[in-house]
Amino acid sequence: MSFLRASSPHAHAANNTANVMQTVLLATLPGLLALTVFFGPGSIINILLALVFCLAGEALVLRLRKRPLGFYLRDYSAAVTAVLLGLALPPYCPWWVVLVASVSAIVIAKQLYGGMGYNPFNPAMVGYVVVLISFPLQMSQWPSPAPLLESLPSISASLSQVFTGQGLDAYTSATALDIVKQNNSQLISQVYADSDLIRSGSLAGAGWEWVNLGFLMGGLYLLYKKVFTWHAPVAMLASLSLFALLGYDSGSSQSGGSLSLHLFSGATMLGAFFIITDPVSSAVSNKGRLIFGAAVGALVYLIRVLGNYPDAVAFAVLLMNFAAPFIDYYTVPRSYGHAKPRKATEKQEP
Amino acid sequence: MSQLIYPLRGGVHPPENKQQSLQSPLRRLAIPRELVFPLAQHIGAPAKAVVEIGDRVLAGQMIAEPNGPFSAAIHASTSGTVSAIEARPIPHASGLWGDCIVVAADGKDESIDFEGCENPFGLDHEALIEKIRHAGIAGMGGAGFPSAVKLNPPPNSNIDTLIINGTECEPYITADDVLMQERSEDIIRGCTLLAHILNSPDRILIGVEDNKPKAIAALEQSLLKLAAEDLPGIDRVQVVSFPTKYPSGGEKQLIQILTGKEVPSGGLPAHIGIVVQNVGTTVAIWEAIKHGKPLIERITTVVGESLKEQGNAIVKLGSPSQFVLEQFGFQEKSCARLIAGGPMMGFSLPDSRAPIVKTSNCLLVPSHQEMPDPAPAQACIRCGHCAQACPAGLLPQQLYWYAQAKEHDRLLAHNLMDCIECGACSFVCPSSIPLVQYYRASKGEIRQAEIEKEKSDRSRQRFEFRQKRIERAEAEKEAKRLARKKAAEAAKAKAAANAGTAKTAPAADPVAAAMARVQAQQSDPAEQLAKLERAVNNARNRLNSAEEKWQQAEGDQKAKLESRFKQAQLRLQDAESKLHDFKQQSAGENPATSNPATTNPASAKPTAPLNIDSDDPIERAKAKAQQRLSMSPLEKAENNLSSLNDRLKKAQEKAGEADDDKRAAMEAAVEKLKQKKAALEKEIDELKAQAPLKENTATAESPIDPDSIEDPIERAKAKAMQRLNMSPAEKLQNSLQALQTRLAKAEEKAATADEDKRPAMQAAVEKLQEKIKTVEQEIAEFKAQQEPAKPAESTNESSGVPLDAASAAIEKAKAKAAAQAQMSDSEKHAAQIESLQQRIQKAQQRLDKAIEEGNDNVDAFRLGLEKLQAKLKELESE
Ligand code: SF4
Ligand code: SF4
Repeated sequence: MSFLRASSPHAHAANNTANVMQTVLLATLPGLLALTVFFGPGSIINILLALVFCLAGEALVLRLRKRPLGFYLRDYSAAVTAVLLGLALPPYCPWWVVLVASVSAIVIAKQLYGGMGYNPFNPAMVGYVVVLISFPLQMSQWPSPAPLLESLPSISASLSQVFTGQGLDAYTSATALDIVKQNNSQLISQVYADSDLIRSGSLAGAGWEWVNLGFLMGGLYLLYKKVFTWHAPVAMLASLSLFALLGYDSGSSQSGGSLSLHLFSGATMLGAFFIITDPVSSAVSNKGRLIFGAAVGALVYLIRVLGNYPDAVAFAVLLMNFAAPFIDYYTVPRSYGHAKPRKATEKQEP
Repeated sequence: MSQLIYPLRGGVHPPENKQQSLQSPLRRLAIPRELVFPLAQHIGAPAKAVVEIGDRVLAGQMIAEPNGPFSAAIHASTSGTVSAIEARPIPHASGLWGDCIVVAADGKDESIDFEGCENPFGLDHEALIEKIRHAGIAGMGGAGFPSAVKLNPPPNSNIDTLIINGTECEPYITADDVLMQERSEDIIRGCTLLAHILNSPDRILIGVEDNKPKAIAALEQSLLKLAAEDLPGIDRVQVVSFPTKYPSGGEKQLIQILTGKEVPSGGLPAHIGIVVQNVGTTVAIWEAIKHGKPLIERITTVVGESLKEQGNAIVKLGSPSQFVLEQFGFQEKSCARLIAGGPMMGFSLPDSRAPIVKTSNCLLVPSHQEMPDPAPAQACIRCGHCAQACPAGLLPQQLYWYAQAKEHDRLLAHNLMDCIECGACSFVCPSSIPLVQYYRASKGEIRQAEIEKEKSDRSRQRFEFRQKRIERAEAEKEAKRLARKKAAEAAKAKAAANAGTAKTAPAADPVAAAMARVQAQQSDPAEQLAKLERAVNNARNRLNSAEEKWQQAEGDQKAKLESRFKQAQLRLQDAESKLHDFKQQSAGENPATSNPATTNPASAKPTAPLNIDSDDPIERAKAKAQQRLSMSPLEKAENNLSSLNDRLKKAQEKAGEADDDKRAAMEAAVEKLKQKKAALEKEIDELKAQAPLKENTATAESPIDPDSIEDPIERAKAKAMQRLNMSPAEKLQNSLQALQTRLAKAEEKAATADEDKRPAMQAAVEKLQEKIKTVEQEIAEFKAQQEPAKPAESTNESSGVPLDAASAAIEKAKAKAAAQAQMSDSEKHAAQIESLQQRIQKAQQRLDKAIEEGNDNVDAFRLGLEKLQAKLKELESE
């Protein structure tokens, strides 16, 4: 009898890509919960729409590329992109914004580059940036958090807002990052005291701090599950903190905002644990990821304080996606038996 | 004191699955009916079979000897008869078959007497290494590195640590675990012996993973117990346990864990003062030296859900896997795959007939549930799990990327060659990518590419050399061509000057060119010198290799080789003397050619009836050719004879001095020399006999009677000249004559030869006769051709009634000589001129006719005419 010939190892750990992706999806739940509690069902609607568009887009391209549909859809990577996109987009944004973002993310940023594993840019962030630049008005309308509202929007009103542009009245307000950005005469402490939003929160504005805490929790869960290593998120948060501390100058009118504001508002935690940990588009080695994360953190702060946009995670991540291969070249780890690490491009050892 | 543990980089925790095989006690398996011993069970050169089909062998008898230092012996593991030596399935990752010695067991299990050793510590390093080598011990942990090699580290390495590897980090396998429990004392004894072999390193560490508490306890107990005994170095032995993690049992990883040092990339542990041996090997070495028992059995784990029982067994090496599995209730149908080794690094065997060998630590036969077929690979999501798991600190995801793209430079820059193929990366990869498979393939490709590059480098070099050589040859040719052109022009100019006589002037160019070419070829001394030098070199090489072989040979071979060596020596001498002669000759020749003005005018006249004029290359070449030809065969033979005499004398002297066993060969050489000498002498005699004859013939044509020249050299030169001037018919006649003499000789020889040589002789005679016939025929044809062209000559010949062409020529020459003798000098001269003019006329007619007919011989005729004209001119000028 002839036996199966297979290459070693014959054993395999009980994990697979789908499991990894499912774990990631699971980890977004605390953040989503916070978003829903404080901003209503908008994010859920976003996510559902993004899922439909993303999966449809993925299926379409796979069909065009003549790839087995089931095999690739079952890896959950499109779903993860859709969920991250849905979480990042402002709740109650028009459906076509979601559509454009989804198509940009899946068709352009992912499949046109060769599909999963081959995309140099984070698909969700590409989708986000495309609509951010294309539809600045719609993208700047963040709803007020629950503490500032009498009641959260109902589902039917939300749906009609998403599909017809009507249904909710005066539901938006400036985010904490907007407020700090627009300030140029008051001391930071005065700004904080004047703002309802920030006053009613304890870290970085009502609702937002909880959303960020939710993502932090999810991220810690993923770290615990060893879905990714600590290097990139820790480096990003550390460098962002460092810049925030350096730029705070005890709260002058030129100051960039407090540490807690930077850590717990906007997309900081979503970015730190769900975006820059996207392995495909980040650096590969531990050292590379430290550099990658730290650079993202620095860019986030710089763009937030000096740039035109109130938040900057998407831009910072995309910029560093560009730099990732370059980082990889110079951060090949030292291998066993070698005195020094080598560069990826060198042919002979020195 | 407790040993420090260093952390292992990376690593994984696959399910251990070690309990299954630890349930039942160690047992000893029966003897199979047939045992198969692959010749290649170890790293290095396969062993060389020393038995033949039909031989009866006993357990412990060496059936294959190590083939070189990097090899290991193989012993029969039971008694029986060698039934085949052929290719059989062997346990090898390639799945290929390999040469095996097959022994049909007789069931008696008779064994040779093992020669033990009371005090192994009393033996020295070399003796111990030799014993290990002959016991056929090779690393039993999996790789099969010959232990004798490993225990004989490079002389400059200072071994300070001996590590005994009892890690056994692969899941499922418990062979070493069981061994450590059962044979802990022998392990301790063995490792002190190893330390003794390695010149007593400072530390002897027995490394065991902490999932084998029983083994650790057993080892520690034995250590305490044996401490009372007088084992040298036992105080330096330590049992070290460390956390379980795959692959901490890899040699390099274990070194890192126990010492914190890393084996340099591409280096050996010995380079950092460390030697690692497996526990199984340690016991085998102890047994081999203490009890004289070679490696003929081992403990193998037989495990997997497609067995009714699972456990460890002492198996005779050579037992077919199928037989071993059957002892454990193998259910083939439920078996997913047959793995030799563990699930992480073992390889799948396509054929269950493959035998247990020295490295077989485990046979794993999982069921389909236990080890499902590998999932289809998905795209790499660059999650980096593999990089976290890699104990070698590589980036498997990048390696995978570059392996797919076949970017060898990048693979090397990412240290692919440091991958130990542990499989940790593949194990954790969520996309189920068979990473290790890619790495193995890429490594193979890179090695192949290296080999190919080396090859192509070599052939490029060769090509360049050749190119240069061709260029040189081309340049030479070009130079010659230019010379020829110049000569042609000169000839033309000359022809123009002699417009009256040279009706055929335009035709002279190609003729002159052809002549120059022929002569240039014949006389290029550089080429000849090169040829001779080559011959000398060849002879020297042959001599060297013969000597080498002779010195290596033993017994009766030696005498044979010795005579061969002597022959080569003689040949070399011969070639050297030839070269020497040539050099001398060309030394004498050079001044003559380079500066004709200095040539002795007396010799210049007879040698160069064709105007020697330093400006004319043709003439110069001709002169050279003549000089070269001037050494007659007779002289050559005489030369040879004298050198032979010298050699003979020397050989006899040597033979006198030589001692008995060499004398025979010497005498044979002397004998041969004598024979050669006799042959040469005979030849000389013949040549001498022929010489007057030839000289007579020559007078007919030559304007100068060679016999009248006193100086032998001059005479020879003149003779050569005559030969040069011979017509084709005459040449044929000449060769006919030579053939006839040879025939006569051959017949004589055949008559005197003894029985067994006669047929060969007769064949030679027949051949000669045949040749003569063909030459005769040729002559006849040639004559028929010439008939109409030169009626005068033909009548002349027919009127002489010559029975044989040679005597006719002699007749003619005699007549002429007689006539000449009566003439005065000036008359002679006039007669010569007249006859020449006649001949020229004839030749001209012949040529014209030939041109008319389009005869093939036009060129030859033209050449002859040219010559005659030149001669005439010379005579006239006198
Ligand atoms: S573990 Fe597999 S999927 Fe993850 S980076 Fe390595 S090769 Fe890619
Ligand atoms: S097989 Fe090679 S690349 Fe993979 S983990 Fe082992 S050493 Fe690293």
